[in-house]
Amino acid sequence: MAGDNGLHLNKPAAQHATDPKDWNDPNRMEAEPHLTPEALPAGIDGVLVRFALTPEPRAMAAAQMLAAELDRQAPPGVTEIAPGLVSVLLRFDRGTVQRAALAQLVLTRARAIAADPPALPAPSRRWTIPAAFGGEHGPQLAEVAAAIGASEAGAVEQVCAADLRVLTIGYAPGQPYLGLLPEPWNLPRMSALNPRVPAGAIVAAVRQLVMFTADSATGWRQIALTGFRAFDPTRSEPMPLKPGDAVRYAPVAAGELPGLIASGDGLGGARLEVLA
Amino acid sequence: MSVLQVIRADGILTVQDLGRPGHIAQGLSRGGAMDRLALIEAAALLGRNTVQAGIEMAGAGGVFTVDQPMRIALTGAPMTATLDGAPLRWQASHRIEPGESLRIGGAQSGAYSYLTTAGGIATPDWLGSRAAHLTIGIGAVLKAGSRLPAGADPDPDAPSRTIAVANRFAGGTVRIIDGPQTAIFSDEVLAKFAATEFTRAAHGNRQGVRLDAESRFTAGQTGIASDMVQPGDLQMIGDGVPYVLLAECQTMGGYPRIGTVIPTDLPLIAQAPPGARIRFLRIGLDQADGLYRDEVQLLRETASRCRNLVRDPAQMADLLSYQLVGGVTRGDELEETECRSI
Repeated sequence: MAGDNGLHLNKPAAQHATDPKDWNDPNRMEAEPHLTPEALPAGIDGVLVRFALTPEPRAMAAAQMLAAELDRQAPPGVTEIAPGLVSVLLRFDRGTVQRAALAQLVLTRARAIAADPPALPAPSRRWTIPAAFGGEHGPQLAEVAAAIGASEAGAVEQVCAADLRVLTIGYAPGQPYLGLLPEPWNLPRMSALNPRVPAGAIVAAVRQLVMFTADSATGWRQIALTGFRAFDPTRSEPMPLKPGDAVRYAPVAAGELPGLIASGDGLGGARLEVLA
Repeated sequence: MSVLQVIRADGILTVQDLGRPGHIAQGLSRGGAMDRLALIEAAALLGRNTVQAGIEMAGAGGVFTVDQPMRIALTGAPMTATLDGAPLRWQASHRIEPGESLRIGGAQSGAYSYLTTAGGIATPDWLGSRAAHLTIGIGAVLKAGSRLPAGADPDPDAPSRTIAVANRFAGGTVRIIDGPQTAIFSDEVLAKFAATEFTRAAHGNRQGVRLDAESRFTAGQTGIASDMVQPGDLQMIGDGVPYVLLAECQTMGGYPRIGTVIPTDLPLIAQAPPGARIRFLRIGLDQADGLYRDEVQLLRETASRCRNLVRDPAQMADLLSYQLVGGVTRGDELEETECRSI
């Protein structure tokens, strides 16, 4: 049913075990010889090149690499290039290029990158962002801490000690996906939606954090709140975070948050260092 | 600049056009009209060769006036409409004079209706589009007293026109193609999905709609990385409940996606009212490619099907006598000499 159409519709699960317990086995991860990128149809005018189904670090690096390469030299007919966590989405002009030809071309580049995937580059900028964890600002911190086998304080410590990067911007304008947290944080999304988390909320799932830019429904668990607004259409820089930025959270007491929010810059007391 | 004034807003009213494509990398989805075809039909009825911004009305309309003569088009989900009390045909264009009161009532079927002025709504744009994108604070819900700048009607004396449209306002069969994650669903789940009749849930908005059925449709894998999503994508939330992403969806999501609704059938999903029955038909890429029309082609094809409205009920002082004589109108008094354009 998938049809051929010249696209490489490989069974994407080929290199993965079907039991999630097995993917989380670090020995198994190391035993995988190399990434197997695929080109897949994504809507009527899109092709997605994906390096892995799970958020594994090598696939993330390869996706960043491919996106950067395509940005430098876009194939003819490509109208949009959007890097994801482990994939790159290309949208194309159907009058200029055929889907199958584009898929073939991009897959060739992806395979070359996958043959020797780089580590994530060193960050060129680092944000330090104050965050109030737990309590009313992190109503599901206790649940998350229990799931990772830590105390609430221990869970906060793990988040604040992690070398987090902006892995991609998505879901809403300017909104970062941050990672990766240690392996125990590989928590599934909730089966019921969290009906409303506020702007600035930090939510956790699948070893990542998302910092929401607007009130939203989500399947992730809220552990903290910041005064950081990663999107403000009226600001000269509406989306201050960039993919690749390093992010550190600095824990503050719940009572300090209103003051940081009132500071008026929309960044909730965040500090940006430009690294050498 | 002319003004379209909102005297009363009964439904959720926002300005919408075809949205702002090209910003997925910044996390900004295209947005724009839920039923893009309705804005294309409006442009065709008004004789425009580009699609104009109009007012999208969810659930109910409102009362409107103009300060200069202008034509308007009424498209999308059919609503009752009157001009100073006289009924106006839906799926048609009409001329409105200053001082006249345009009343648009509740939707008879479907979910999203459109009031478009011939010169387009001319509110300030952001990133090349006037579309309200409420979840990110762009634009606002229109309220009583909202005064919307409207471009001048380039041809205010042009005759009223109408178009027959297929009924896309009551659910039906929706064609889908495979997407990047279709292969993580087993053949059994895919077969069950194709055989299931869904009910459009009460829960739905411009981001997407949930579909209810007794069955659940779970992927064979969990722990997958979040990835880019687009309008039309059919994601399985929670324990396998389908949710179709629509105009104002996010750009990225983590729920597994079983496929993507083809652009041709997206208006049918957007317009399905709560309770409408929906089935999915999985088609191949070649077939989907054959069905695809870009917006320029759609506007040309739609314009070729517009007809002049010879007698508009609003101008028929003897409307009542027609109904008394025959019990019902014959149905074709209001038809329409064929008139092709574009």
